Amino acid sequence: MTDIMTPALGESVTEATVARWAKKAGEAVKRDEVIVELETDKVSLEVSAPEDGVLSEINAEEGATVVPGQKLGVVGAGTAAAKSAPPAASKAEPPPPAPKAEAAPAATADPAPVTAAAATLPPSVRRIVEESGLDPAGVSGTGKDGRLTKGDALAALAARAAPPAAAPVARPVREIHEREERVPMTRLRQTIARRLKEAQQTAAMLTTFNEVDMSAVMALRNQYKDVFEKRHGVKLGFMGFFVKACIFALKDVPAVNAEIDGTDLVYKNHYDIGVAVGTEKGLVVPVLRDADELTLAGVESGIAALGKKARDGHLALEDLQGGTFTISNGGVYGSLMSTPILNAPQSGVLGMHKIQDRPVVVGGQIVVRPMMYLALSYDHRVVDGQGAVTFLVKVKEHIEDPQRLLLDV
Amino acid sequence: MAEYDVVIIGGGPGGYNAAIRAGQLGLRAACVELRGTLGGTCLNVGCIPSKSLLHASELYELAVKDFAGLGIDVEAKLNLPAMMKQKAESVGQLTKGIEFLFKKNKVDWIKGAGRLAGPGKVEVTAPDGTVLILETKAIVIATGSEPAPLPGVSVDQGRIVDSTGALDLPEVPKHLVVIGAGVIGLELGSVWRRLGAAVTVVEFLDRITPTLDGDTAKTLQRTLTKQGMVFKLGAKVTGATLTNKGVTLNIEPAAGGPAETLEADYVLLAIGRRPFTQDLGLETAGVTVDRRGFIETHHFATNVPGIYAIGDVTQGPMLAHKAEDEAVACIEVISGKAGHVNYAVIPNVIYTFPEVAAVGATEEELKADGVAYKVGKFPFSANSRAKVNHEAEGFVKVLADANTDKILGVHMIGPDVSEMIGEYCVAMEFGASSEDVARTCHPHPTRSEALRQAAMGVEGWTMQV
Repeated sequence: MTDIMTPALGESVTEATVARWAKKAGEAVKRDEVIVELETDKVSLEVSAPEDGVLSEINAEEGATVVPGQKLGVVGAGTAAAKSAPPAASKAEPPPPAPKAEAAPAATADPAPVTAAAATLPPSVRRIVEESGLDPAGVSGTGKDGRLTKGDALAALAARAAPPAAAPVARPVREIHEREERVPMTRLRQTIARRLKEAQQTAAMLTTFNEVDMSAVMALRNQYKDVFEKRHGVKLGFMGFFVKACIFALKDVPAVNAEIDGTDLVYKNHYDIGVAVGTEKGLVVPVLRDADELTLAGVESGIAALGKKARDGHLALEDLQGGTFTISNGGVYGSLMSTPILNAPQSGVLGMHKIQDRPVVVGGQIVVRPMMYLALSYDHRVVDGQGAVTFLVKVKEHIEDPQRLLLDV
Repeated sequence: MAEYDVVIIGGGPGGYNAAIRAGQLGLRAACVELRGTLGGTCLNVGCIPSKSLLHASELYELAVKDFAGLGIDVEAKLNLPAMMKQKAESVGQLTKGIEFLFKKNKVDWIKGAGRLAGPGKVEVTAPDGTVLILETKAIVIATGSEPAPLPGVSVDQGRIVDSTGALDLPEVPKHLVVIGAGVIGLELGSVWRRLGAAVTVVEFLDRITPTLDGDTAKTLQRTLTKQGMVFKLGAKVTGATLTNKGVTLNIEPAAGGPAETLEADYVLLAIGRRPFTQDLGLETAGVTVDRRGFIETHHFATNVPGIYAIGDVTQGPMLAHKAEDEAVACIEVISGKAGHVNYAVIPNVIYTFPEVAAVGATEEELKADGVAYKVGKFPFSANSRAKVNHEAEGFVKVLADANTDKILGVHMIGPDVSEMIGEYCVAMEFGASSEDVARTCHPHPTRSEALRQAAMGVEGWTMQV
């Protein structure tokens, strides 16, 4: 019998939700076969079977919240029928090394939970208990292995002292009608919801627009796309041009690449560009690091790699953190114009849109040009209107005349 | 079939502890180390030999300056070769000790320079040039760090030395200039000052030991100055020229201004350390490093499956005990256990006299984070044991959460505080409050009573001041 434990979820991630059991209780499993998927605020991870056997117990159902080291289930020895394997079978060799950290369920026994009553109380809690008559057994501990800390005891005292009316009034649960369905939000969805609302509440957000004639970039792309792909092994898209144009503009208007920290402004001389990627689970924004140091091909292949990781659900927390500016392309879904929302604490986000042939006036003549609307949402606390407009004009100029990218003018 | 379950590159505190833990857990483990002895920088040319010289030089200075005051008349005379010899003997015994632990835990020491050679392969070039390929399921990079260079000041280990050379000077310098007021510079500067050198410390920043709590740093600077160490803060060394008498250093104020020169017979360059990843073949395996050269890890795993990194080559404080903790946790993760390092409780010590020891957040950090905190502070001048020992310099400062009383940081400067910080590490590991320490009986008369009195101070009931 081997317990399937919740693996370490990484620094700063304390809990996960059981997203899906790939196996049912009683089913046979093979070592290293994925048996359960967990979801954290940022990433999903798979837990594999520690050994061949049968999934004999499931201790955390789908939707349950689990913490690292918590038992998820048990893999027992034997065939699907065998419920009571001979105890000698568990006298195994030391567990084999599992090079993939996320696929390394512990083979150790489930530690007996330390109840508050059984643990020795620290002197501060002893005093509080003796002075106040607080029942330590009724307080849940936040210290090592669930021990009570002074803070726990003080919080319990405060809760006891508070008038019962202060208890939060339970919100009536909305009834579900026949043709409705109630589904719990995934952790990713909850995080997206919270962060978007935070951004709206914090920033003085507004959006400025411009439009760009895509003829030059499209011509360049048509001329070189085959030789580019042959040489670099990646398709020549539009994102590379936009990333490069944005970096030029960010260097020109550094406020857009800055953030507010307390009463200070932090200007960042590194250009880590978040590129919004739609996945079936929701929108994620992996970050292309030091994009200013990459060639156009480097940008394209970097984005392709991040996009693949996102779609395969293999993004690490690090891939999502620390961006300085974001580009969102609603155009891939056909959006003609939108106001993108900031990725806090960043101060700018560029919205790209659908390319559409439109009549425009060039040199006094009405001509048909492939046009795209551009939107820059920005935090007005950091970026002045002039800066925001200048930024968008710079992006437009570099896309309409991509030779400028080469000359850095 | 892999030859090993885990191959560890580097035999320092990270590497050798990883190897031992791997052996304990029944993994087939090898440790690749080029140096003729195990123990890495720490044991061979770092923490251990410097502590040997700090201990000996402290006793020497006591004998010269303080024995008479205690009623002991002696004529102390320095025998530098003998002092160096006892240092080498201690180091020798300790490195042999690790060899013994390797044998005991069935770990192979592969002598040579390790290099990644594709997935699951480590190429080892032995000192005689022969090349060996080790096949392994997991690789742990624990190659540590090396002294950071400074343009214009080239270390020749003769007149201009780094931390390694400063442990083996052939004579007591007349004037030693230390570049960098960090831990290494202050410790080795102290050694040679005690043995008779005039010591000037030149530091680019306008304060010493920048990561230390400001209170502690200020007291340390004042005490070291009183001992005779001269500080030139906010000064930038722009070049060093060897002369027939020693070295001429060119110095400019960091904020700009007229340049000056400083004459020294020896110069110690100690501006910090940088991760050592040269010739490791990181690129062959595709292991990524950040812009400062540190290997990027997530829970010890690099971006390449099966390759891990711990210690000084990764982010975080460059401390032997941090590497050791990561070594244990990393090997436990590799063998499927939980493996965890609590980075909030990694103590930090400076072995000057008085010593400095700290764990957790500094007051500056709490202020910056907007944490409401309370302070308890107790001076050693009010501690009976320190007083009778004529070691009344320094204090203990405890920072605790204003609401929950949870201990958030502890900063001490004083005699033997390095041996006392562990008490607060245990307390913090268990989420203790200042009151928990304040209500714990401590022996009298000891310096450890100061720990308790400082804790009492958080809630305003210090009894002995």
